[in-house]
Amino acid sequence: MPFAIFGAFESGIIYAIMALGVYLSFRVLDFPDLTVDGSFVTGAAVAAILIFNGYNPFLATIIAFIAGFIAGCVTGLLHTKGKINPLLSGILMMIALYSINIRIMGKSNVALLNQESGLDIVSGWWDSLGLNAPFNALFNMVGWGEFLPKTWGIFFFMIVVTFFIKWLTDRFLKTEVGLAIRATGNNKKMIRSFSANTDLFIILGLGLSNALVAFSGALIAQLTSFADVGMGIGMIIIGLASVIIGEALFGTKSIARTTLAVIGGAIVYRIVVTLALRADFLKTSDMKLITASIVIIALVLPKIIDNQKARQLKKKKNAERMATVQMASAGKDE
Amino acid sequence: MLELNHVHKVFNEGTLDEKIALEHIDLSLKPGDFVTVIGSNGAGKSTLMNVISGALSPDIGTVTIQDTNVTPFPEYKRSKLIGRVFQDPMAGTAPEMTIEENLAIAYARNKKRTLKRGVTKKRKAFFKESLESLHLGLEDRLNAKVGLLSGGERQALSLLMATFTEPSILLLDEHTAALDPSRAELITNLTSEIVEKYHLTTLMVTHNMQQALDLGNRLIMMDKGQIILEVSEEEKKELTIETLLEEFQKIRGEQMVNDRALLS
Repeated sequence: MPFAIFGAFESGIIYAIMALGVYLSFRVLDFPDLTVDGSFVTGAAVAAILIFNGYNPFLATIIAFIAGFIAGCVTGLLHTKGKINPLLSGILMMIALYSINIRIMGKSNVALLNQESGLDIVSGWWDSLGLNAPFNALFNMVGWGEFLPKTWGIFFFMIVVTFFIKWLTDRFLKTEVGLAIRATGNNKKMIRSFSANTDLFIILGLGLSNALVAFSGALIAQLTSFADVGMGIGMIIIGLASVIIGEALFGTKSIARTTLAVIGGAIVYRIVVTLALRADFLKTSDMKLITASIVIIALVLPKIIDNQKARQLKKKKNAERMATVQMASAGKDE
Repeated sequence: MLELNHVHKVFNEGTLDEKIALEHIDLSLKPGDFVTVIGSNGAGKSTLMNVISGALSPDIGTVTIQDTNVTPFPEYKRSKLIGRVFQDPMAGTAPEMTIEENLAIAYARNKKRTLKRGVTKKRKAFFKESLESLHLGLEDRLNAKVGLLSGGERQALSLLMATFTEPSILLLDEHTAALDPSRAELITNLTSEIVEKYHLTTLMVTHNMQQALDLGNRLIMMDKGQIILEVSEEEKKELTIETLLEEFQKIRGEQMVNDRALLS
């Protein structure tokens, strides 16, 4: 079981890239983009089929990124040029991608049994450095010997990749183009009056968002050596859960803080789900139900707490008011 | 500088709600002109602004800015040349972004947006200096989110953002109407200061007659989609609210006669 927690951390940090993509559409652009369910698989499918056919896994991952970018742009075009409601544009694209993804793979799934994935190459290189032993020793020393992973390579590699993407995202959102994208999500009327083509920035923003999602899908396919047309179902909710949990736990003071929170949220989410599945009465197939419940709780709970606080304050103030009134009337009686 | 030729705009054409918003408007502004626009509700003042800004396109007629026919240009292209301040103090700024980020967005108005940093050290100094001219102490709060500012502060910031890149045309759409009297006065004073400083060609809609008389060198009055009165620079100096109301009454009176004639 502790091994599963390590696994949750490892996949959490890959899913964090997908969550950063969802953060871009959902929070920065204020566009609830359901394309994610499809574009995640598109990334996985493109990477898997290219690796299966002997292409360089790193090249395959980059092409997956571009495929996601195109998918996001199409959703943006549907919304801005086709004037279709944001939710519906995303759903239409998600459905269309389901068929497209099967076309990409040629069937409904691809298994990478004998091919070397990008993560295999990385862990192979890491293992050749012989650094696993000291880290294992460190863990054994503090008594966490049972937490040991097969290799530390993927773990460290993914931390570097995810934080590099986080750093790029932070920087990008501070550029002139990034500022315009943020303003497009914040106040369209305003940014149009400052000569920004909002249509273009919505398309670009959704493209980048889905590019990150597909990139994450490509890495998951390489981690699990498997791509399946159904692997994206509910992905948008997992992304939202990561964003909402992260923001609630780690705060949103600045852009850099928020993106860090989103990464944290993605890892916390994975760990929560792993722990929840330990309960005897829950099955693996209950995962989506658990996810939905987590998101509902994260959305509703803060409001209930705020209401409760407001009500308690009112009660206290009213009691004080009653006391002053009673004192005044008592004074009159005397 | 700004030229409107035979601009005509009808809403809901061919339905029961058909409304002629602008009827053959001709208007010409010379560089440095500051024209105030007054008129009753539904006179077409806001439509006029929207046709100039490109938020609406006219049915017929042309809009020309600096000898360029901008009629086919969409709003975002025209706004390279046009600065705007809206009635709603919330409309002109992005609340989730900081003061310096908002200013950086405004600063990029007449430039190509690139992947370079929006807020550089050099720009920060310029933003600071510009904010000082508002005398609101905003120069010390560059990293504060704009959503935290008061309505008056936000409107002052909007005004600065609309003007500090020195646009060819400045459009002010009842930009003091949503503020309390003292804040409105502050914004009014800032407006005349800034317009003078940059010699901006300005069109200002207002419902406040006194403001229409105090500001600007020309005045136009609109009713039912038409410009019914144009006051030139010399005439405007002599103008008082009383004479303005008399004119309004006189013209409206004639219109009412027309209506009655139609009914009988």
